Amino acid sequence: MFRQTEGSAAVAETVALCRPEVVCAYPISPQTHIVEGLSDLVRAGRLEPCEYVTVESEFAVLSVCIGASAAGARAYTATASQGLLYMAEALYNASGLGLPIVMTVANRAIGAPINIWNDHSDSMSQRDCGWIQLYAETNQEAADLHVQAFRIAERLSLPVMVCMDGFILTHAYERIDVPTQAQVDAFLPPFEPRQVLDPADPVTIGAMVGPEAFAEVRYLAHAKQLQALDLIPEVAAEFAGAFGRESGGLVRGYRAEDAETVVVALGSVLGTIEDTIDDLREEGVSIGALAIKSFRPFPLEEVRAALGGAKRVVVLEKALAVGVGGIVSANVRTALSGIQLHGYTTIAGLGGRPITKKSLRALFADAVADRLPPLSFLDMDWERVEAELARMSEDGRSGPHAENMVREAGIVAARSH
Amino acid sequence: MAGQKVKLYQAGTFVVGNRLLEPGERTVQARMDRSNSLTSGHRACQGCGEALGARYVLDAAMRATDGKLIAANATGCLEVFSTPFPESSWQLPWVHSLFGNAPAVASGVAAALRVKGREDVRVIGQGGDGGTVDIGFGCLSGMFERGDDVFFVCYDNEAYMNTGVQRSGATPPAARTANTKPIGEHPGNAFGQGKDMPRIAIAHGIPYVATATVADLHDLERKVERAMELHGPRYLHLFVPCPLGWGAQARDTIKIARLVRETGLFPVFEAEHGEVTSVAKIRRRVPVEEYLRPQRRYAHLFGEHGHPEIVARLQAMADENIRRYGLLR
Repeated sequence: MFRQTEGSAAVAETVALCRPEVVCAYPISPQTHIVEGLSDLVRAGRLEPCEYVTVESEFAVLSVCIGASAAGARAYTATASQGLLYMAEALYNASGLGLPIVMTVANRAIGAPINIWNDHSDSMSQRDCGWIQLYAETNQEAADLHVQAFRIAERLSLPVMVCMDGFILTHAYERIDVPTQAQVDAFLPPFEPRQVLDPADPVTIGAMVGPEAFAEVRYLAHAKQLQALDLIPEVAAEFAGAFGRESGGLVRGYRAEDAETVVVALGSVLGTIEDTIDDLREEGVSIGALAIKSFRPFPLEEVRAALGGAKRVVVLEKALAVGVGGIVSANVRTALSGIQLHGYTTIAGLGGRPITKKSLRALFADAVADRLPPLSFLDMDWERVEAELARMSEDGRSGPHAENMVREAGIVAARSH
Repeated sequence: MAGQKVKLYQAGTFVVGNRLLEPGERTVQARMDRSNSLTSGHRACQGCGEALGARYVLDAAMRATDGKLIAANATGCLEVFSTPFPESSWQLPWVHSLFGNAPAVASGVAAALRVKGREDVRVIGQGGDGGTVDIGFGCLSGMFERGDDVFFVCYDNEAYMNTGVQRSGATPPAARTANTKPIGEHPGNAFGQGKDMPRIAIAHGIPYVATATVADLHDLERKVERAMELHGPRYLHLFVPCPLGWGAQARDTIKIARLVRETGLFPVFEAEHGEVTSVAKIRRRVPVEEYLRPQRRYAHLFGEHGHPEIVARLQAMADENIRRYGLLR
């Protein structure tokens, strides 16, 4: 049923339709509305049976989910940013134990400096923790991906992160088709794990594994991710058949088949990118886009097929791997091994800086003319950066950059040296 | 099993031999149908107090729950020595996740059981003192505060033994560990630090808190059974000597555990809903020196270059416990 609703509310309602048996919550912006919505649904008796557990940290959040999942319950949570990092140890544990937990990541920057706005630093930092990572472009897709995520997770015995841009999606009101309970029930069978903690059949879960078998267990984690490359499109196709709309999958091209220039990105920024591409296409520019929907597993073959014929590729990233540059780009380059083309990495939207059509238009024009450096930063205030670099080289004194910049500008009461 | 006539012999321990008890009062370990929750073949050291304690705790809990028990274990000696892949000593459903999250994992298991209507199955969380009073402290306090139906057991051997005997928040003052060596002016672990976890647990107002030692296994079993009669968060702090980490003889594990109680250094008591309800009185009070001397972790306190003033401070701590809990008859 179509409704004008907030992204977080749509996700909460859709997650509830997936009948999670244990929902564990700890507040962190911008995911709070999702778990608040689920709390309301549980308290109103609209989601039952379900144990809603509020805990003292994100580390405990995922730990409760681990216990619940190991005992055979379908478990769900949501987090963001610092919260995702605080549960880092448990992330690896959940995937290592093969527990099909589903978690929404409302993508947000990581401090310091503390910043609550959107970028992809959080989920990108955990790209190798063994979880599947799916990225939503719209709120409709964010909702739909959760239904698919439980299917994928429980089929492969792997946890899944559904990544949606914080605030840009979580707090946006849009027209969304929230499915019916009957639709979801028909698509998502009950959770039936192979082994659970059960006194009738005692098992040991989480034993210590030494050099004699550790590599094999790690390879199996990789093999399951490779299996997901087949399963994710299968589930997406089945979803399209059952729900009548396209959501999920591995990659999605936009006017990219014949494009000389292809822009690669993840998440909600694709909307702005595609609008810009439409304008440029009208002007006769041969440009298209490739949305990466599944970042883990990374669809090497699909990315190669989609980009291999292009003259140049611009990877627009909402995260920065300091000391090297792009994260998505490195994966894209692996996919393009042996293919000669111009590859550009542009870091954009860090800490919630708006990515505007105007800026993208200028960026793409530079790309098409091959005027871009290999690594560029969209809308960077170079004056500020240069001033701080100059000061550092002058006085050689360290300190937090954000505070140093305001100190130089004389904005705070801080005394200058 | 019928009672049998046996000769009374003097053990010098005030402990009544198990065979002298009525069959119904005998330890669960004397029964043919004991569960052997932590079965033989594990890799614990000789004289390991934790292995002994875990065996008694879990078998008593298994008896109390008719075998319907799930255990969540913190990382540590107990986890490592019991599950060298592909083997496991656990004969009950058992999960190990991380070092600091055993109470939260146990909460998750309890939530799953509740949602599935399996409240007949009970949950036990367990870890060493590091996994309880230090790295697991937040998760444990959260579990207490929420009122989750979990019985958590801390096997306290007073340091991080699994990593090579480093100081924890439960290491007593003056004790030598790998990073509190008797070097410099203040030998051993500092005074005035550390956590009194049983009292912190009591402050949460949870239904049941108890302390025990592996020297009185009947008392231990009784407390586990009491804990399993109740619901909600329950906490047992069990004193378990570590011969390796403490520099003690493996044969002295029980003796040392008895002495710590008889000195007053480790008060043995029970509390329900925030109030102390019973105290195990000292039978034959001994000076702390008698407890400290058999342990090399306190060797720097004695001899030619000893520190009688530190021994006196430890004695004062024991005296304070005796006063606070009324440990004398």
